[in-house]
Amino acid sequence: MDLRESPDTLKFRAEAAAFVAARLPADIRAKVLGFLRVEREDYVRWQRILYEQGWGAPGWPREHGGTGWDARQRTIFDEECFIAGAPRQMPFGLSMVGPVLQAFGTEQQKSRFLPRILTMEDWWCQGYSEPGAGSDLASLTTRAERRDDVYIVNGQKTWTSFAQWANWIFCLVRTRTTGKPQEGISFLLIDMTTPGVRVKPIRTLDQGADVNEVFLDDVSVPVSNLVGEENRGWTIAKFLLGHERTNIAGIGMCKRLLHRLKDVARSETKHGKPLIEDTRFRDRIVKVEIDVRSHEWSLMRVISLEQAGKPVGAEASILKIRGSEIQQEIAELLMECAGPYALPYLPQALDAHFAGETAGGASLNGLAAQYLDLRKVSIYGGTNEVQKNLIARAVLGL
Amino acid sequence: MNFTYSEEQQMLADTVTRWAEAEPSSQGMFSEERWTRLAELGLLGLNVSEEYGGLGSSPVETLIVMQAFGRALFSDPFMPTAVVAASLLATAGSATQRSELLPRIVAGSLRLALATLEPGGRFDLADIGTTAVRKADSYTLQGRKAVVLHGDSAQLLVVSARTSGAQRDADGVTLFLIDARAPGVTLKVFPTIDGQRAAEISLADVYVPAAAVLGDIGSGYLPLEWALDKGIAALCAEAVGAMEKLMELTTEHLRTRKQFGQPIGKFQALQHRVADMQIAIEQARSMALMAAAMVDHPQRVERRKALSAAKAMIGRSGNFVGQQAVQLHGGMGMTAELTVGDYFKRLTCIDKTWGNTEHHVELYGDLL
Repeated sequence: MDLRESPDTLKFRAEAAAFVAARLPADIRAKVLGFLRVEREDYVRWQRILYEQGWGAPGWPREHGGTGWDARQRTIFDEECFIAGAPRQMPFGLSMVGPVLQAFGTEQQKSRFLPRILTMEDWWCQGYSEPGAGSDLASLTTRAERRDDVYIVNGQKTWTSFAQWANWIFCLVRTRTTGKPQEGISFLLIDMTTPGVRVKPIRTLDQGADVNEVFLDDVSVPVSNLVGEENRGWTIAKFLLGHERTNIAGIGMCKRLLHRLKDVARSETKHGKPLIEDTRFRDRIVKVEIDVRSHEWSLMRVISLEQAGKPVGAEASILKIRGSEIQQEIAELLMECAGPYALPYLPQALDAHFAGETAGGASLNGLAAQYLDLRKVSIYGGTNEVQKNLIARAVLGL
Repeated sequence: MNFTYSEEQQMLADTVTRWAEAEPSSQGMFSEERWTRLAELGLLGLNVSEEYGGLGSSPVETLIVMQAFGRALFSDPFMPTAVVAASLLATAGSATQRSELLPRIVAGSLRLALATLEPGGRFDLADIGTTAVRKADSYTLQGRKAVVLHGDSAQLLVVSARTSGAQRDADGVTLFLIDARAPGVTLKVFPTIDGQRAAEISLADVYVPAAAVLGDIGSGYLPLEWALDKGIAALCAEAVGAMEKLMELTTEHLRTRKQFGQPIGKFQALQHRVADMQIAIEQARSMALMAAAMVDHPQRVERRKALSAAKAMIGRSGNFVGQQAVQLHGGMGMTAELTVGDYFKRLTCIDKTWGNTEHHVELYGDLL
């Protein structure tokens, strides 16, 4: 056991931080740190900058244009990006369909799609959940019926993040209705410009609309867009769940929020003094900072497991639960920093071009949006309750 | 960074775990035979350099040993003597003190207790009203010391006393090594919640030669703080061991105890409680490792923040896991028959040793 950070790791962190500081466009940084809305073009611009540096795909092997970094380097890079205020790299291409294609795709699929993920020429979204299939994903009913060399797809996907900006969607579809539900599912790539694909935004608590319903009516999909074998899509879905499980910890986001919390608590006042000097509030900051430190060490332990080639099971569920709880707690504290100015909320002021006035100023206005939006993290990616079921099963073996 | 034990570390873990679990319980009382065996195993020399006959090990080895002790509910003056006092003597002790005392710790013939807290001072190491007045080549000490763990079985006391400054100044605290049986030293020994022993000590005109000063006059606070951080790191590891064992006892109970025709572990309410306990343990484990990694950090603020963070988390996790283990055992958890209660009580005590969660949250906040 060696609990010291190696000199190489420290050097890597410094390099990553220096790069992000030098190359992250100031306007994007201001939006991210100010909790303003980040636009499609901002995500793409940052991804292109990373791509030009050769860092477009931190999690991919070199042969596919990735960095070949190990898990520890990836989390460090991710942390530095988050702390500096970079927009997150969209996971749908890089961490989801990309690794799936690398593992299960045909040569033709790989050469067609992988380069366009790196440059973000394609914006991918994920077609998993359905109105009747949430935590119980295997009960999905979107049908894909084979007719000669196409599948005809009918059904509805929901909670599809950024479908409004996407031109491709990867879907789990039902290709067989008999037998075990898990054994009749296939993994299909669908061009969203195909006739019959319709995206309908879902308005969320913050009055934004980054999640959508996706309706599929007689959508014709070439058979060459099937990934892996027909009816083996569940295997791919499980592969994806087991892939880069440490991402789920959200350590970068935790740290960014914590930095922000301390900043805001220094600038807001109570009884004429900075809020951070108020013992009652300070204790709450300390508690959550301690949580972040513990979370960070838990993450390093899981990475070390992964690197030793050991299976990661309930550990990832713990990372998911803690990461989401910490983010939510900090978001709540951040909003409390605003005192009564937590009340007024102008959604349109989240737009960087907004020229009007907000009651408490633009930076406080964004706190509510963040608080409301982050309620999702304990729900998506397997609700925290489902994660607890998994932990209990691992611990109890019942 | 690498969290896998080396071959030697794995061997140490296996040996100490097996040995500690086979040892009969001493019911919290000091056992001379067991202390001798600790010396024979070399464990008393973990934090003593090779120069004085010790092993000069890293904090990881102490973590391994304390975790095994935690699992076995091993209550001994090990932590105060072999971790805190040994570290304190190594950094603050004079050449004579080191060469006289450290080999005796290793050999098992010397135990020390830390008389560093005072009534009314809670966990504050600077809140010292005990005075030490110099007269030529000696000092006279006057005052009271609170909750001196294992004071009953120690031959030497490390006493903090004020040689200058005001009641709560860190400057002006001087450390003394005092014979526990010296004239004027009176111990009242009380049992603790978990059946160990702690002494209330009064010092009335206690004569001490100047050679008994440990470290520099008026500068005892910082070395003491660091040595107690070593103790905190050790306690964190002990707590993790105790929590692990408590979890094993609890899950075994949930698998075998049947109600409504099935093992009670089938009920989701209890499953989620188990998951919460597991999360608490893993957080505590992370913090025990962080404590070991940071306890010798050259920058005081970084070290202090890490150790307070660890202790605060350990306190929270330990209380939660202990309380829930009792809860999940139902009525049986309330009885003195099961060891569950013993582990619960030990975890309760660990929270209150060298600063509880509230205290360490405050210390962390001061450095925020």
